[in-house]
Amino acid sequence: MNLFCVGLSHHSANVETRERFAGDAETECSLRKSGCAEALILTTCNRVEVYGASEKRVSTEEIARCLARKIDQYDPSHASAFYRYEEVQCVQHLFRVASGIDSMVVGETEVFGQTKKAYEGARACGAAGPKLHRLFQRAFRVAKQVRSRTQITRGAVSVGSVTVDLAQRIFGDLSVRKVLVLGAGENSERTARALVSRGVTDLRVSNRSGERAEELAQLVGGVAIPFDQWREQCRQIDILITSTSSDAPLLKPEDLAPVLDDRIDRPLFIIDIAVPRDVDPRVNEMEGVYLYDIDSLQSVADQSLALRRQQVAAAETIIAEHVEDFRNKFLDEGSGVLRQKAQEGSPINDASLRASEL
Amino acid sequence: MDRHLLVLSTICYLAAVLRLVVALRARIFPRGRFNFFAIGLGFIFQTAFLSVRGHELHRCPLTNLFEVLIFLGWSVALIYMLIGPAYRLSLMGAFTAPLVFLIQAFALLAPIDVRHPVKLPVNSWLEFHASMSIVAYGAFALACVAGVMYLVQERQLKTHQMRSIFYHLPPLTDLFAAITRLLWLGFALYTLGLASGFFVGEPLPRIQVICAVGVWLLYAAILQGRHLRRLAPRRVAALCIIGFSAALTLLWGISFSAQLHSLP
Repeated sequence: MNLFCVGLSHHSANVETRERFAGDAETECSLRKSGCAEALILTTCNRVEVYGASEKRVSTEEIARCLARKIDQYDPSHASAFYRYEEVQCVQHLFRVASGIDSMVVGETEVFGQTKKAYEGARACGAAGPKLHRLFQRAFRVAKQVRSRTQITRGAVSVGSVTVDLAQRIFGDLSVRKVLVLGAGENSERTARALVSRGVTDLRVSNRSGERAEELAQLVGGVAIPFDQWREQCRQIDILITSTSSDAPLLKPEDLAPVLDDRIDRPLFIIDIAVPRDVDPRVNEMEGVYLYDIDSLQSVADQSLALRRQQVAAAETIIAEHVEDFRNKFLDEGSGVLRQKAQEGSPINDASLRASEL
Repeated sequence: MDRHLLVLSTICYLAAVLRLVVALRARIFPRGRFNFFAIGLGFIFQTAFLSVRGHELHRCPLTNLFEVLIFLGWSVALIYMLIGPAYRLSLMGAFTAPLVFLIQAFALLAPIDVRHPVKLPVNSWLEFHASMSIVAYGAFALACVAGVMYLVQERQLKTHQMRSIFYHLPPLTDLFAAITRLLWLGFALYTLGLASGFFVGEPLPRIQVICAVGVWLLYAAILQGRHLRRLAPRRVAALCIIGFSAALTLLWGISFSAQLHSLP
C-alpha cells in the first residue's frame, strides 16, 4: 500500500493558482473512485493537499483534476505547481505541516486545528481508514510535542497581538486594568477590541470629536471622556493607546512628570500607533513608563518571528525521531511502503481505529 | 556519612543547573516542574544532612561557616518551595538552583568544616536567633532572585529588545508583588532573630551588632520607601540585590569571627 501526499501551498504556487483548487467530501469520494483506498483533503488559506493510501499509483495530474474548483477551467499546466511526497517524505511533510513549521507564519497553531478538522471530516464520511488514522494520530502527537518542547509558538507576530502580549507581560491579568483610547480611528478601535478580548473591562475613549468618541465607546463597551480631560486621566489609567491625527506630539515628558509622582509603583504602558507620533519618544526614558510606537511594535513582532525560526531546528529533531519511529513500526524496510496489517480489509469502524491508535 | 547526603543534595541542584544550561544552549527554557522536583529532592537531602549533623552535635547545626552556608541553602530552598508555586514563579527555580548549588559547592570544597575543639554549651536563645536570622536570609535571597528577574524583564521592556527569556518571566507587576511579600517575610523573621539576640545572655561583639542592625535598617528603609511610594519598583529590585549582598557579607563576617574566637 502506497502512502502519498499531493498538494500545492504558498511555497509552490501563487494565490492566483491556489484559488483555482479546493476540496471537499465529494472530492474525497472521487479520489477514492480513481483508485485511492483512503483519501483526505487538507484545505487551509495557504494550502490544498491530498493525503492518500492506494494500491496502485494515482497520478498527480489526476489528483489535480479532482481538486480543480471548475473542471472546465482546469489547465494541465497547473499540475506543475503541485508537489508530491511518497512514503517517508509524506510522513515527514505531514508532521511538519501539523506542527506549523511549513506554515507561512512559522509556528502558527491554526493549522493544527484545521488538520484535525480535516481528519475528523474524512473519518466521518469513511474516506480515512486505518492507514491515515495511524498517520494523522501520530501527526497530532508530534505537533503537541513540538509545541510543548520548543518555543515555536512563542511570542506574538503581528502588531495587534504584540500590543496585547506586551500588556500582559507588564500587568498579567488585564481584567482589572484601566485603558484610555485617545483618538477614535480604525487603529484605535482594533487595538481596543484586542484588549477587550483579553479581559479589559474599564475602557475610556477620548477624541477631539466627542460624537465619534461616544460612538467608539459604545462599540467597544467603554465610556467617552471629554478631550480636555484626557491628561488628567493619566493618573488613573494603566494603558494609553494613542492614534490621533495631530501633527505635533500631544504628550511630552513635562506633561507626564507631575502625573507620575502619584503613581510611582504603577507602570504606565503607552501604545502610540499614530503617524506622526503623538507621544514624545523621551517619555520612554521616564521611570515606570513603557512607550511603544508602531516601529517598536513591528520590531518586537519581527523578533518573535526570528525566535520562532530559531526553534525550527529543535522541532525538526523531534519530527525526525517520530518519522524514524513511524517508519520502523509501520513502513516496510527499504521500500518504505506501508506495511500490510492484519486488520487491513476489515470494515473501518471506531473500535478498530481506536485499537490502532498510537 | 552526613557529607554524602550533602553531595547527593548538591548533585540534585547541579542537575537543575545543567538542565538549564542545556536548555539555554538550545534556546529553550525548561518547564518549572523539573526544577521544582530537583530542588525538592535536594532539599530532602539537605534536611537529612542537617538532621544527622544536629543529632551528632546535640544542637542546631550552626556551629561553623560550613553549617551556616548549608543552613542558608536549605532556607533558600524552603522559601522557594513555599513561595514559588504560590506566586506561579516557576522560573524562579531556574535562578534559585544555581544560587543554592554555588553556596553548597563552595561549602563542600572550601576547608571551612572546622569542628570546635571544645563542646559549646547549648543556648536556646542563641540557636533561635541564629536559625531565624538565616531563614530570613533565605527570604532575602529569594527577594534578590526576584529582583534580578524584575530588572531583566524591565530592561527588555524598556529597550524593546526581547530575548527568549522574556516569554518565560512573570509579568512585572506579579514580580514586584512577590518581591514586596518576600521582603516583608524576610524582614519579620529577621526582626524576630535580631530581637532574640538580645536575650542570648552573652555579650555579642559590638561590630556584629552594629552590622546586623545596619542590615535591618537597610531593609526597613527599602520597605518604608516602598510603603510611602518614594521608591520606584526598579529601585526596590536593585536594592534587594544590594541588601542581600550586604546580608551575605555580614553572615560571612559573623561566622568567620565566631570561628576565630573559638580557636584555643
